[in-house]
Amino acid sequence: MANKVESSTEMPNHLETATFEGKNKVLGFWLFLGAETVLFACLFGTYLALRNQSLGGPTTHELFDLKLVALATALLLTSSLTSVLAMIKMNQRSMKGMVTWLVITLLLGLGFLVLEIYEFQHYVHEGHTFMSSAFGSSFYALVGTHGAHVTFGIIWITTIMSQAIRRGINTDTAPKLFVSSLYWHFIDVVWVFIFTLVYLLGKVG
Amino acid sequence: MGTLIVILVLVLFLAAIFTGGYNKQFQERVRKSRTWDWLTTVDHKKIGILYLMAGLVFFIIGGIEATFMRLQLFVPGNDLFVGRTFNELLTMHGTTMIFLAAMPMIFALMNAVVPLQIGARDVAFPFVNALGFWLFFSGGLLLNLSWIFGGAPDAGWTSYTGLALNQYSPGPGVDFYVLGLQIAGIGTLIGGLNFLVTVINLRAPGMTFLRLPLFTWTAFVTSGLILFAFPALTVALLMLMFDRLFGANFFDYTMGGSTVIWEHLFWIFGHPEVYIVILPAFGVMSDVISTFSKKRLFGYNSMVFATVLIGFLGFMVWVHHMFTVGLGPISNSVFAVATMAIAVPTGIKVFNWLFTMWGGEIQFKTPMLWAVGFIPTFVMGGMTGVMLALPPADFQYQDSYFVVAHFHYVLVGGTVFGLFAGIYYWWPKMFGKLLNETLGKWHFWTFLIGFHLTFFPQHFLGLFGMPRRVFTYQTNVGLEKLNELSSIGVAGMVIGTILFLINIIYTLRKGKKAKADAWELGRTLEWSIPSPPPEYNFAQTPLVRGFDALWVEKEAGNKSMTPAEPLGSIHMPSPSYIPILMSLGFFVAGFGFIVRGIPAAAIGLIIVVVSLFLRSFDYDKGYHVEPEDPEKGGKE
Repeated sequence: MANKVESSTEMPNHLETATFEGKNKVLGFWLFLGAETVLFACLFGTYLALRNQSLGGPTTHELFDLKLVALATALLLTSSLTSVLAMIKMNQRSMKGMVTWLVITLLLGLGFLVLEIYEFQHYVHEGHTFMSSAFGSSFYALVGTHGAHVTFGIIWITTIMSQAIRRGINTDTAPKLFVSSLYWHFIDVVWVFIFTLVYLLGKVG
Repeated sequence: MGTLIVILVLVLFLAAIFTGGYNKQFQERVRKSRTWDWLTTVDHKKIGILYLMAGLVFFIIGGIEATFMRLQLFVPGNDLFVGRTFNELLTMHGTTMIFLAAMPMIFALMNAVVPLQIGARDVAFPFVNALGFWLFFSGGLLLNLSWIFGGAPDAGWTSYTGLALNQYSPGPGVDFYVLGLQIAGIGTLIGGLNFLVTVINLRAPGMTFLRLPLFTWTAFVTSGLILFAFPALTVALLMLMFDRLFGANFFDYTMGGSTVIWEHLFWIFGHPEVYIVILPAFGVMSDVISTFSKKRLFGYNSMVFATVLIGFLGFMVWVHHMFTVGLGPISNSVFAVATMAIAVPTGIKVFNWLFTMWGGEIQFKTPMLWAVGFIPTFVMGGMTGVMLALPPADFQYQDSYFVVAHFHYVLVGGTVFGLFAGIYYWWPKMFGKLLNETLGKWHFWTFLIGFHLTFFPQHFLGLFGMPRRVFTYQTNVGLEKLNELSSIGVAGMVIGTILFLINIIYTLRKGKKAKADAWELGRTLEWSIPSPPPEYNFAQTPLVRGFDALWVEKEAGNKSMTPAEPLGSIHMPSPSYIPILMSLGFFVAGFGFIVRGIPAAAIGLIIVVVSLFLRSFDYDKGYHVEPEDPEKGGKE
């Protein structure tokens, strides 16, 4: 489906890697995601080592509410899909389609953030804070780092989108849009692991 | 108080920029000045020189700290630097030498040489390259400011949390360690990423991976190690920062935390770090030995294989730093075997160097001396490494001077000798002048003798039971003579380093001008262009027709490389002030966190975010220059 290019014989199919700078940027960003993977792996390891050290505070069993988390997961995973659709529209040179999908992506991301903030507030209320125990520290470090990534992603994609609106979809803006979408997928993948290793394992493990 | 000063300085700085004195002429004056040119440069050759100079400064600082420690240990019961001061000296010596001396000098050589060796006009991300340098520099500066602002870190360069948490190390010392290294670490990480993309994407036509010179190969593998090792340090430092500054409990066992987590994370980073600093030295040795033996490198493919294998195994051995933690016999055995396995690819390398020299027309120029001195020294360090890899034996050596002797043989005998070889070898390419040979040879011999005199006795000190990191020892337990010898040896290294500095100053003033092929034995692409190279490096991208590309052309009777493209205008990236601005932001933020001044930290972070936005909205396409033959048309 993505192969249907509407126009331009001189423009290549994948605008993001059409120039040398674009190629460098995309490769560099993939490598950067490799580094990010290690970063999250370390946070996961720490969390798994410390997750039972709740020191009399609420445990994972008592704390987590899978319904809320499942909703947040649904929002974030859908935003990954809409981000792909935006990239398809980008390569079809459809500004309107791309911006529409990007805005939906951003809204879904914002929805996820709101849920997460609500969730954290709830936990703090229950006596599960960053300082209450080693479990608290490692939980907020892992999930909070992910949340910070989502926040950064929202700001970043907004910035790039506004540039694209002013400058059009071209070989300057396309690589930026493409790597920001790669980034968005990455934080989605991380969330899949958080959902499994933090929430599901916290309920049954 | 500190917060106030920071804010004041910042306000003055911003005021100077946005109000008074900020007119067109002032701007012009600043833009044209040489200082501004160096502060905003994105040219990899200039950034290489910046790295080298900064690295040398920190090398001297770290050396002074080492000298102080050896003075303290000269006689038993000395009271020159005792207790906390000694702890600060040993912590800062280790941290400075690893992060602020070895790393930047490696980046100096990588910047100066890698793009030239692959026939590229620049690195993949010139902006990121500049940012990497300035982040490293502001991190290093921040770390060293600790001496004036409330005391240096004193928990050892490994900063085990059993020593580094607030209750064990009060005062800001360890905070300087945490934030200084965090900032410098980000710089190193993006620097490594830049070189990975550079080597993958910017190779000249015909420069296949198996034609890359060995130094480029090792730089490539090292960059990969940086990319995957430094995030572990980032996380560890972040958690230590949270524990110390914001009351988190990652490492506080009374709150359920675990100090072993720090040890794991630190060494998951720390062991690859050892290979990060040694692999480029291997690369330098390979290039230098091949050049001055006038022979093709023996067993090139096995060298590449060994480099990659060492890089891979480097991630598999971190627990050998933790044998005595008590992780159990299974894990100790597995990591012991993995550690000993690394001796195999390292051995391959050593034999290949020896076979390269065998039957070659060897010229003992200064770089070659360092390379030849490196081999036996490094092999000794490697042998004690295998001894330490045996867990039962390690229980005996652990935390004794034997370990100190081992890693100085590897890091000085390996990395520092390698760096000196590289600096002497590529100095003419970087600066256009040859370092003085006589002074260079004196430098080598005094340093080599001083080094062995200092560290060889330390093996025995360790075996006789002298613990590391302790500021004194008793009389009549058999430690006096060897400690005395060890301290005397430092004089040799100090004299050697001073001779090197004299050599630099002498060369910059009166040095012999270097030709393009400065040693007249050049085999690789960097020797095919003028010394120092023009800003665009290659007027025409060369066509590579084999390993040792320049040598191939020489053998074919050609004077220069065959061009792969017609002469034309060359695109160059514009200089940028954003890297230094962003680094300033990180510096202010780091300092703010250290003095617990959240407003200052916030201002710093705001500067960082603003510079990110500036960069994102910056669509400067650079400019074009005409190489020496201006027959083609105008701009753009």
